[in-house]
Amino acid sequence: MNYVIKSIIPIIIGAVILHGMVKGVKVYECFVEGAKDGIKICIKIFPYLLAMLVAVSVFRESRAMDYLIKLAKPVVGLIGLPPELVPLAMVKPLSGSGAMGIFAETLKTYGADSYIGLVASIMMGSTETIFYTITVYYGAANIKKVRHTIFAAVFADITAIIMAVISAKFIS
Amino acid sequence: MINYIWFFIIIIGIVFGIITGRGEIVSKAIVNSTGSTVELIIQLLGLMCLWCGVMKIAEKSGLTYKISKFLKPLLKILFKESSKNPSVMEPMIMNLTSNMMGLSNAATPFGIKTMDAMEKVNTNKGTATNDMARFLVLNAACIQFVPTSVISIRAACGSNNPGIIIIPAIITTGVAAIMGMIYCSILERYF
Repeated sequence: MNYVIKSIIPIIIGAVILHGMVKGVKVYECFVEGAKDGIKICIKIFPYLLAMLVAVSVFRESRAMDYLIKLAKPVVGLIGLPPELVPLAMVKPLSGSGAMGIFAETLKTYGADSYIGLVASIMMGSTETIFYTITVYYGAANIKKVRHTIFAAVFADITAIIMAVISAKFIS
Repeated sequence: MINYIWFFIIIIGIVFGIITGRGEIVSKAIVNSTGSTVELIIQLLGLMCLWCGVMKIAEKSGLTYKISKFLKPLLKILFKESSKNPSVMEPMIMNLTSNMMGLSNAATPFGIKTMDAMEKVNTNKGTATNDMARFLVLNAACIQFVPTSVISIRAACGSNNPGIIIIPAIITTGVAAIMGMIYCSILERYF
C-alpha cells in the first residue's frame, strides 16, 4: 500500500493515457492542447501568489508571526493543528488563490515533507473556498436567506482540518 | 473579508517590524519574496502544464463521464427533493465530477446552473432549500482525485514525494463530505 501511495503519480498518468488510447483519443495532441491551459493558470495565479508571499514574509520576518503562533497555540492545540498553520486555515475558506500563496510560503519555510508541510498539503488538497462558493452560487440564484449552509460548511471544514492532522501522521 | 485579512497581515507585519527595530530585515524580506515568487511560478509551470494535459485526456476520453455515472445513484439518495428533476441533477453531476477532476473553472458554470434550476422549483423564493445547502456543502468539501496545484507546488518546494498526500487527502475529504451531509441533516431541522 505504501508503495502505491509513493507511485501514485505515474499510476494516475499511465491509467489516464491508457484509457485515452483505448478510447481512440489522439492522446499527444490532446495533451498539448491541455498543457496550454497550464500556462494560463500560472499567469492567472501569479499576482495572487505574489500578494500573499510578500504579506506573509513581512509578517513572519517582523516576528509578528511568532506572537500569533503563541496566541493561537492553546486554541488550535485542541484539535491538534500546528499553530504555524493558523494563517492558512484562516485564509483557505475565503480565497483559493490567496491560500495557495500562503501554502507555498509555508512549504518554503518548514519544508514540503515536514509534518507541518504534510498537514498543509492535505488541507489544501481537500476543501474548496467555502465563502467564495456560497457568495457566487447563492448570488447567481438570488438566494438571500442561506439558513444553515455556512454553519454546516464551516463544521465540514473543521472536520477536514482534524482529518488532515490525523492522516498526516500516517505518512510523515 | 480577504481584503481586511491581507491588509492586517501586511500592516501588522510592517508596524511590528519597524517598532522592534527589524526594519532592514523586513525590507529585505519584501524584496526577496518577490524574487522567490517568480522562482516558484517558474518551477510550478512545468508540472502544472503536465497535469492540465493529462486531465484534458481524461476529459476527452470520457473518463470524467464515467465517474459521473458512479455518482448518480449516490446523489439520488442525498438529494431527495431534487432527485426526480433532471434539470437539477444533470448539471449537479457535471459540477461535482468537474470538481473531483480538479477542473474548477468548468465546475462553476454547472454549479450556477444547478442553483438556478433548484430556485425555479423552490416554493419559498429567496430562501435556501435543504438540497441547496447540501449541494454547497458538498462543493465545499469535495473530493479531488488529483489535487494538481498542490502536487505542483510541493514539487516546486523540493518535496521528495509530491504525490504522497493524494490518498490521505482523498480520505480526509471523503470524511469531511460525509460529516458535512450529517451536519446538514441535523442543522436543517433548526433553521
